[in-house]
Amino acid sequence: MSNWIEIAKLEDIPPLGSRVVKTPDADIAVFRTRDDQVFALRDACPHENGPLSQGIVHGTTVTCPLHNWRIDLASGEALDPDEGCTHTYATKVEDGRVYLSI
Amino acid sequence: MKEKLVLIGNGMAGVRTLEELLKLDADKYDITVFGAEPWTNYNRIMLSPVLAGEKTVEDIILNDRAWYEENGITLHTGDPVVEINRVRRVVISESGVEAPYDRLLLATGSNPFIIPVPGADKEGVIGFRDIADVESMLAAARTYKKAVVIGGGLLGLEAANGLMKNGMDVTVVHLMDRLMERQLDAPAAALLKASLEERGMKFLMETSTSEVLGDQRVAGLRFADGSEIEADLVVMAVGIRPNIELAQKAGIYCEKGVLVNDTMQTYDPRVYAVGECVQHRNVCYGLVAPLFEQAKVAANHLVEMGIARYEGSITSTKLKVTGIDLFSAGEFMEGEGDETLVLQDPAEGVYKKLVIRDNRIKGAVLYGDTMDGTWYFQLLREGTDISAFRNTILFGQHDLGDAGHGDVARVANLPDDAEICGCNGVCKGEIVDAIVKKGLFTLDEVRSHTKASASCGSCTGLVEALLASTVGEGYDAAPSKKALCKCTEHSHDEVIAAIRDQGLKSIPAVMEFLNWKTPDGCATCRPALNYYLLARWPEEYQDDPRSRFINERAHGNIQKDGTYSVVPRMFGGLCTPHDLRAIADVAEKYQVPEMKVTGGQRIDLFGVKKEDLPQMWKDLVDAGFVSGHAYGKALRTVKTCVGKSWCRFGTQDSTGLGVKLEELTWGSWMPHKFKMAVSGCPRNCAEATIKDFGVVCVDSGYELHIGGNGGIKVRVTDLLCKVDTEEEVLEYSGAFIQKYREEAHYLERTAPWVERVGLQYIKDCVVDDPAERKALYERFLISQKVAQQDPWKKLAEADDKNEFIPLKISA
Repeated sequence: MSNWIEIAKLEDIPPLGSRVVKTPDADIAVFRTRDDQVFALRDACPHENGPLSQGIVHGTTVTCPLHNWRIDLASGEALDPDEGCTHTYATKVEDGRVYLSI
Repeated sequence: MKEKLVLIGNGMAGVRTLEELLKLDADKYDITVFGAEPWTNYNRIMLSPVLAGEKTVEDIILNDRAWYEENGITLHTGDPVVEINRVRRVVISESGVEAPYDRLLLATGSNPFIIPVPGADKEGVIGFRDIADVESMLAAARTYKKAVVIGGGLLGLEAANGLMKNGMDVTVVHLMDRLMERQLDAPAAALLKASLEERGMKFLMETSTSEVLGDQRVAGLRFADGSEIEADLVVMAVGIRPNIELAQKAGIYCEKGVLVNDTMQTYDPRVYAVGECVQHRNVCYGLVAPLFEQAKVAANHLVEMGIARYEGSITSTKLKVTGIDLFSAGEFMEGEGDETLVLQDPAEGVYKKLVIRDNRIKGAVLYGDTMDGTWYFQLLREGTDISAFRNTILFGQHDLGDAGHGDVARVANLPDDAEICGCNGVCKGEIVDAIVKKGLFTLDEVRSHTKASASCGSCTGLVEALLASTVGEGYDAAPSKKALCKCTEHSHDEVIAAIRDQGLKSIPAVMEFLNWKTPDGCATCRPALNYYLLARWPEEYQDDPRSRFINERAHGNIQKDGTYSVVPRMFGGLCTPHDLRAIADVAEKYQVPEMKVTGGQRIDLFGVKKEDLPQMWKDLVDAGFVSGHAYGKALRTVKTCVGKSWCRFGTQDSTGLGVKLEELTWGSWMPHKFKMAVSGCPRNCAEATIKDFGVVCVDSGYELHIGGNGGIKVRVTDLLCKVDTEEEVLEYSGAFIQKYREEAHYLERTAPWVERVGLQYIKDCVVDDPAERKALYERFLISQKVAQQDPWKKLAEADDKNEFIPLKISA
């Protein structure tokens, strides 16, 4: 898969924060960690579709704002004790630019 | 190469320490465990139900062999350690196994005390300590008839009850004049004795054993007064002694038990000890809750985090005899200057006594109705001021209102489909299932697995009671100090104090100074730290939006579909045609799907898309509005009635005063949401007596009320004081708010805060000490200078609206 799409400059996403990318299929939440890793998840919690992009980011985890499920940014999986998984998208950062593979 | 950890003692305290340690760092040690018994770790407190035939040995196994294998632990069962060589750093077992260690953990537990009388070594004389004892009691019950239990304490009575259930004729011999004298006062002990006698148990009180009679096997006992009794089985349950033999032989310093410091370390720094074998600050514990607290601390130090301290425990006990409800905690015998509250109902067999000192519970004895034991114990541990509900405290927690659970008498008798947690719709059956199948022990674990009591918390007492009835007493006991969240060992108060005393001015600085366990904290601690810093350093601290819950970051309430609601402020609920027209225009322009008049006397616009927020705010700001903070842990509304300008009963200008109060306080961040009201007369149409701060106007002035709540648990305010002028109302309100802002825990409403610290304490600072009041008010005004900037205006005018605008995909 080499259909990388440029979506933003790294500085457009706040550290420990996220931005939303609207696509025809779904909203995608793009997260930036403290150490500038970038992850992308479908912007819907596996629990009740809460917008994960609005949650608090800590480590490589985001806490959903609706019912506090914790979702692993890398795998999209809910952390113990909750069970569920949300879709992940590949990302890369080159020369301060963030690319997303849809 | 990994370091080697050896655990001597395969019981509850030792294995619990391993569990805590594996949670913190699973790869730190190669672990070897030696146990004297042939079993894997089992729940020793459930031996009584096994003896009574209510549970099997398999039921009480806590960790099976698979668990040891999965965690790479080498296990030697039935093979006690006989020597510790501290020079070579190896332990040697009975069968000759040698295991080297870098760290050693002693958890050798305790031995039953066998009274040193002639004949005590005869066959048929046993203690009540382990599965082997239970098995020999069960075997004896099959062949023999007469049993004597020496010791009328907790363990002795449970043993006697079990033997009786197995068909034996049981006599309890007790040295003292009342049963369970370490837990019960005389009236409760008498009720207990009567009830056990009714079941057929016999007692010889104030009787001292002088000799065990018989040839090879016991045949009877002779007492100090020369009388004798027949016995085929004698169970000695007169107490336990820490098992320190091995430690002593190895030259580790012991007194009553193995001496440890607050980090559970013995005099040999490589050797730690936990459980019943230790002596900590001169106390040896024989109950399970303290052992678990010790386990946590020891694990913390074994993985070299080095921050936890064990500071001793307050313990409570329950008698595990089916059909007899008995609870005891703390100092149950009143000392000089103590007061006691007693409820006695002989017909129902109910006796409740609370020992009170300075309006705080110091001890409790409950007989017949122990439903509220966990609640009293919590009040005791936390040192809660009970003056507000002292006159009804003996009737129990449900009497205070419990979100519709008021008439639930006994949680254990509820059907499985009874809803326990109304917020998350969790029934009793699900909770019990999760506890049993997933092996849950603590309230926190039940919360995270089932969500029961994880939201509003009003059913916490019920969930704790379910835990207690499902896994046995002791597990429900929360640690004496409650950590802010899982990222730290420190409590809210410790964090607040560190920020203040150390001059910490950023979240990273707090985390570093207090040794936070996680680099970024979590969604629980970050907002709390952000608030504490903001409240302490209003002029210096830079608010961290990434540590704010989304509602406070987007300045709107997130709704379940991801849209937001917008509530402009209407001071005192007053509005003009121009205001209403402006709101109507905005609603139409942004196609707001629904509008509603809120309980706080203003208008809520629902279903707004996030990207529309900044422009919508700009329109509202241009029309003269500011944010209503309906989304924040902040000053919400000041509800008013019409007051004397229109109402024939009004005594003061309640609307005008409400507007002034709201103008003074809007924009202020709080530990939790904060609501006010002003009523123009005692008819109280603005419902001021269920607000955080309420004013009730009377002809001669203004009554100030605090700590009310109309939410989960309705609480009527306490009267703070009465003042004469509007200026005083403003000053007192600001001082009270500032006190709350500086000292309450994050997410603690004023109602539980007032109950926790006590009304008198707040009166002392805000009413009786004018200098303190003025200083508080002054600090509030300084904070308001910074806080009272409309966030909507700021965001609408900001260049950077990234928060609100989605990223576009460039072609």
